[in-house]
Amino acid sequence: MSAAERPEDREERLNRIFRVLRFVLPLAIGAVLLFAWEYVVRAKDIPPYILPGPVLIWKTLINDWTSLYPSLVNTLRLTVSALAVAIVGGVVLAVLFAQSKLIELSLFPYAVILQVTPIVAVAPLILIYVDDTSIALLVCAWIVAFFPILSNTTLGLNSADHNLVNLFQLYGATRWQTLRFLRLPAAMPYFLGGLRIAGGLALIGAVVAEFAAGAGGTASGLAYRILEAGYRLNIPRMFAALILISLAGIVIFAFFTLVTHLALRRWHESAMKREN
Amino acid sequence: MRPVVELSGVDKVFSNGTTAVRGLNLAVQAGEFVSLLGPSGCGKSTVLRMIAGLGGITRGTIGWPQASHDATGQPLPQLGFVFQEPTLMPWATVFDNVYLPLRLKGVSRRDAGPVITGVLAQVGLSGFEKSYPRALSGGMKMRVSIARALATSPSLLLMDEPFAALDEITRLKLNNDVLDVWAERALTVIFVTHSVYESVYLSNRIVVMAAPPGRVVADIRIDAPYPRDEAFRTSALYNDYCRTVSAALADAMSAPPLAA
Ligand SMILES: Nc1ncnc2c1ncn2[C@@H]1O[C@H](COP(=O)(O)OP(=O)(O)O)[C@@H](O)[C@H]1O
Ligand SMILES: [Mg+2]
Repeated sequence: MSAAERPEDREERLNRIFRVLRFVLPLAIGAVLLFAWEYVVRAKDIPPYILPGPVLIWKTLINDWTSLYPSLVNTLRLTVSALAVAIVGGVVLAVLFAQSKLIELSLFPYAVILQVTPIVAVAPLILIYVDDTSIALLVCAWIVAFFPILSNTTLGLNSADHNLVNLFQLYGATRWQTLRFLRLPAAMPYFLGGLRIAGGLALIGAVVAEFAAGAGGTASGLAYRILEAGYRLNIPRMFAALILISLAGIVIFAFFTLVTHLALRRWHESAMKREN
Repeated sequence: MRPVVELSGVDKVFSNGTTAVRGLNLAVQAGEFVSLLGPSGCGKSTVLRMIAGLGGITRGTIGWPQASHDATGQPLPQLGFVFQEPTLMPWATVFDNVYLPLRLKGVSRRDAGPVITGVLAQVGLSGFEKSYPRALSGGMKMRVSIARALATSPSLLLMDEPFAALDEITRLKLNNDVLDVWAERALTVIFVTHSVYESVYLSNRIVVMAAPPGRVVADIRIDAPYPRDEAFRTSALYNDYCRTVSAALADAMSAPPLAA
């Protein structure tokens, strides 16, 4: 007879099982779905221009890599630049808002208007008025990515503990000191939360802008590959480009999740390792 | 002797019209351990915050007869403030939390080192410099908060119900430690509490407040020798003082509100 399991051992064992299941379960479901998909396509003899099977899509991805890869790089470059500009713009504007209520009152409504206007509807206009297509695309992607950073950072800068603000005042802290040592660190979790959303939105903005731009422009992204393949009824290639976009989104999200964890693990509840 | 701080005819009316304090007179002498005692909402925190220069006063004056003055003639009282919550920066280590007041005054990290080691030793937290607040118990966080208040070597320490959220055993321990710090550094302390027992144990003077509006209704001297310990807590003298102060507090609570 084995000794009775201690409750903490049992909990530890369950935790280990869940850690494994977290990866195994989604992968298993994915495998089953892919298998069923391939099976249906083959059994019913569905032609590739109606629905290609996963195997064909994979082959297309490999064969067309030489044309898909540069498009992936273009789309990613656009996404990253838009995100970079959104971070700088969002944080600078949020800091200005935190320093002056007047600036916040005058500008915030316009930030909201930018956010609520669907980018698909505005993109064609931006493409008309901005001569340089790559800049027009950047503007479109930036509009989409910038708001979550602005609104989250603004919230974070204003969320510093009231008593700590008093303490800084008591010791005669300058505005700059209060910003540097109190408001910015307090805003960090909020900013990072905004960043995770903005990363995904920058990609969406980039793809939408590329769609709106169509074939125009020298550097063609993945959206253009999808359009192009659509015209030619090359459905496997549409799927291949789509998969690359999804993968890019997943990588961006995972990257910022990791950054958030590394930045906050020492002190913030959301990233602490729980031991009880 | 000239008092450290002197409030004369001080009123505080908040922007929503609440009169938190009316006609308050209070002079605190150097070296005193004064408790502000009163029911919740009688304006104790407001008085402490006004002394600290937080939030301003509506009428009257707060004078600093002993303080040095800056170039513009403003008094420069050396203050430390301890809030009811530890009010630490969660993203900073114990060292950086205690370093904060010195950093704000432009003291370099290297120069601040020995001072911080000293105050942490005094509150019994040697060796915790690199810990984050999250890893500390409630009592230890409060000790960090006290160490931070001591970092600038203030002559006047303001404490707003610092131990109200702690368990009894931790509170008794911290009471003794505060008395030690007060004696060693020859501090003046203004200590807000709603506990009769705590105020009698700690103070040599208890100022009882009532509301509305917040005002002083009794000023009781506790003539018991320091250092105080468990023997004092069980003495007849302590019991007598507790009874006297309780009666004053009961009077305060049944006092009719002042007419506007
Ligand atoms: N910022 C504020 N605005 C309006 N009223 C306040 C504010 N702070 C405190 N008060 C009011 O002033 C009175 C005294 O409050 P406070 O000094 O916090 O009392 P205590 O510390 O004795 O519990 C209360 O009636 C409270 O509601
Ligand atoms: Mg209070």
